[in-house]
Amino acid sequence: MTNTQNDAAFVEFERVQKSYDGENLVVKDLNLAMPKGEFLTMLGPSGSGKTTCLMMLAGFETATHGEIRLDGVSINHIPPHKRGIGMVFQNYALFPHMTVAENLSFPLEVRKIGKSDREEKVMRALGMVQMQDFAGRRPTQLSGGQQQRIALARALVFEPELVLMDEPLGALDKQLRETLQFEITNLAHELGITVVYVTHDQTEALTMSDRVAVFDDGRIQQLAPPDELYEAPQNSFVAQFIGENNTLEGVVQEIKGNTCIVKLDSGDIIDAIPVNVSAVGDRTKVSIRPERVEFDKNRLQDGAHTLKAEVLEFIYMGDIFRTRLRVAGTDDFVIKSRNAPDQTRLTPGQQIEIGWLAEDCRALDA
Amino acid sequence: MTDTAQSGPVLAADGRPLKASLNRALRRQKMRAMLLIAPLLFFILITFVVPIGQMLFRSVENQIVSDTLPRTTQMLGDWDASTGAAPDTPVFAALTKDLMVAVEKKQHTRLGSRLNYETTGVSSLFRKTGRKVDDMGEGYTDQFVDLDPKWEDPVFWADLMADPAASALPMTQDAYAAFADTIISEDGDDPREEQPWHTVYLSLYQDLSAGADVGSLPAEVATAQTAAVTFQTEDLIAAFADIDEDWLSVDTWQTIQTYSPAFTNGYFLNAVDRQKTPDGSEWRPEDQQIYLTLFVRTMIMSLTITFSCILLGYPVAWLLANLPMRQANLLMILVLLPFWTSLLVRTSAWKVLLQQQGVINEIVVWLGLVADDNRLALINNATGTVIAMTHILLPFMILPLYSVMKTIPPSYLRAAKSLGATNWTAFWRVYFPQSVPGIGAGSILVFILSIGYYITPEIVGGTKGVFISNRIAYHISSSLNWGLAAALGAILLVVVLLLYWAYDRIVGIDNVKLGG
Ligand SMILES: Nc1ncnc2c1ncn2[C@@H]1O[C@H](COP(=O)(O)OP(=O)(O)OP(=O)(O)O)[C@@H](O)[C@H]1O
Ligand SMILES: [Mg+2]
Repeated sequence: MTNTQNDAAFVEFERVQKSYDGENLVVKDLNLAMPKGEFLTMLGPSGSGKTTCLMMLAGFETATHGEIRLDGVSINHIPPHKRGIGMVFQNYALFPHMTVAENLSFPLEVRKIGKSDREEKVMRALGMVQMQDFAGRRPTQLSGGQQQRIALARALVFEPELVLMDEPLGALDKQLRETLQFEITNLAHELGITVVYVTHDQTEALTMSDRVAVFDDGRIQQLAPPDELYEAPQNSFVAQFIGENNTLEGVVQEIKGNTCIVKLDSGDIIDAIPVNVSAVGDRTKVSIRPERVEFDKNRLQDGAHTLKAEVLEFIYMGDIFRTRLRVAGTDDFVIKSRNAPDQTRLTPGQQIEIGWLAEDCRALDA
Repeated sequence: MTDTAQSGPVLAADGRPLKASLNRALRRQKMRAMLLIAPLLFFILITFVVPIGQMLFRSVENQIVSDTLPRTTQMLGDWDASTGAAPDTPVFAALTKDLMVAVEKKQHTRLGSRLNYETTGVSSLFRKTGRKVDDMGEGYTDQFVDLDPKWEDPVFWADLMADPAASALPMTQDAYAAFADTIISEDGDDPREEQPWHTVYLSLYQDLSAGADVGSLPAEVATAQTAAVTFQTEDLIAAFADIDEDWLSVDTWQTIQTYSPAFTNGYFLNAVDRQKTPDGSEWRPEDQQIYLTLFVRTMIMSLTITFSCILLGYPVAWLLANLPMRQANLLMILVLLPFWTSLLVRTSAWKVLLQQQGVINEIVVWLGLVADDNRLALINNATGTVIAMTHILLPFMILPLYSVMKTIPPSYLRAAKSLGATNWTAFWRVYFPQSVPGIGAGSILVFILSIGYYITPEIVGGTKGVFISNRIAYHISSSLNWGLAAALGAILLVVVLLLYWAYDRIVGIDNVKLGG
């Protein structure tokens, strides 16, 4: 280890751009630094350039511009097989003509590791994913989840320090996905490896990662730990993309310190914290999480602004109630309330007043 | 389990064993499916299985000899060739009678051609003899007619032969029946209006001299029997020898005897350069052995062609599967282009390119790679055949390879490289093994096609570059020895099936893929 500092960047993207066709930039100005041992997830809609970033890191695509460094060394011109990066592919990419054990010993063979060492490492890696009994099987004789485990073991068996995973759980059902999410994070922490994980499932991103990079339009829109991402989105894309979100549009009327007053297009006035607005008169999208909306007057702060709302729909979802309201001219304002004994059940047609704490309501870019 | 007591088979809802119920349900399904495909199955049976069966049958079938010479082959049964002497008069008499019928039915030339495959000269022998056979036995006719003019009368003959007591004269009856049948069927004549052939008189003489009991027959017969003792005999052997000395040769008779049975392995023996002898078989003379060499050459050259197709086709298929769409489509058109031009044109083009004064030779001479007086022999030999056939069969290798390669996701190669494999290792350990089914399918196609090819070898192969199929074609269209052609074809079929079996054992036939 050349880096003595704990938070020194292990993986670094510096001003990286990528274009496939010379006309469109798929990745625009990517800057990213990851410390060793971090579990970082790239999250974003389809076509936002996540796989492209991963491929550049793995060496299968070359950056059009900029530098990618691994452990302080530029790897732009190092071929993939010399980068020593483990990779788990979305479709597993297990070699169908080899058994599970042969698949696992492949990276060891090309590294010219002796037979007995190889066997031991293979069994150890299979042990990590609880698949020792399947060593002699062909990949086609395994279920999707089992194949995924083997793909993971294969990416880990040669003890890489960095492992890339491109939507590894995309093809699995929900329950299996959750089990494997847990196993992957556990393994990553146990082994102390650095992981770059790609997904477009936000729950997966939030539950697994140390930090999440939200991609859109070839840029990282926000790079933050899951809680910060959810609670303090930096722009309206992130607010929309992560979790359920209510958006109201309006104009900034007044900014005082870390709160501001927004006049909605319907004429209503609300409180918010200015996040992505700079001056009075800016158009803004105001974002409020459904579970932070209050309709019980007693729980609201004195002097908080409230809005009139009409209940359109009440949906019973077991652990929570989901109520759709008409608020300030929009029909898709949603609130969520916990199913507790003292919780009120709203009925369609009912007229209520809703409000929120100013710090839960963020004025973002329009 | 609560019902462990129930040890019998699982029962369906109606109390029948579940297995039987399932079978019944499936059987109905199968029957319906069978009915659907039945017309096609029938069609395939008729157009595919029957011709092959016919061919296999032809390679052993040999009824022509015993059909054309029934009496002779029967008489020859007792003849022993090892005595070194030609058969006796009765055999010649039988031959006379057989030939008489055969000539009238114009079958003797066909028989001649058939036996000529085995012993050269038999064909002309039969043709020559056929022209003279109707005079044989004339001496007996004259003597009978001199004795009593009634013997000239067709009606007298017809009545005599219709008499139940005529069974006392078996040979006569037989000869007369052959005469009557033949003139009715061949000339549309009435036996009651035509004087019998000389062979009938010959038979009558034979019957009478053999001491037939003619008591219950008309008196003329008894008179003739008494007179016959004094008849002057006709020397049939001399008559035949007079037409051709070969009738005295043991070889001629041996050929007829050897090929008397209705079925023969003669064609097959011939196809592997052996010949039939009275006691088994022996190698043909060195200078007549061609087929084994041809078989071996066909196999070796087909393998060579298959391997060159793999070598040339693999990179092309790889490009096809990995180039961007537009270039790949263009390349695909180039690959398919040969299919759009006539086979003959392509082969002839190779002739132009490869000949001594051809384009390729001119270029290498111009480049100074070979001397002008030492030009490469690229055509009319095995090299020419391999070059032209590789070109012609290449698409059959490329297409299955391409369709298999198309199904290998690029992520496998990436995975291999990410695991630390160099480009070569990734290709050799990961990509290549997965493309083997394509190689297998392409090889089987190319090999089987090239084994049966004959147009191209015929045009560019000269004498050293022709295949067994060229001989088969020759025997089918020129020498008309279909039996031999069928035997060669059957052997080829067996060899291919054997290779197929070996391939299945070594590589596994499920390891052949023509696509996805
Ligand atoms: N090989 C390629 N050639 C040209 N364009 C490409 C290529 N690969 C990806 N692209 C384009 O680059 C953009 C980003 O693709 P990328 O695969 O990185 O998206 P992604 O974020 O991984 O999406 P997904 O979630 O659907 O996997 C897309 O618009 C895609 O069309
Ligand atoms: Mg992707």
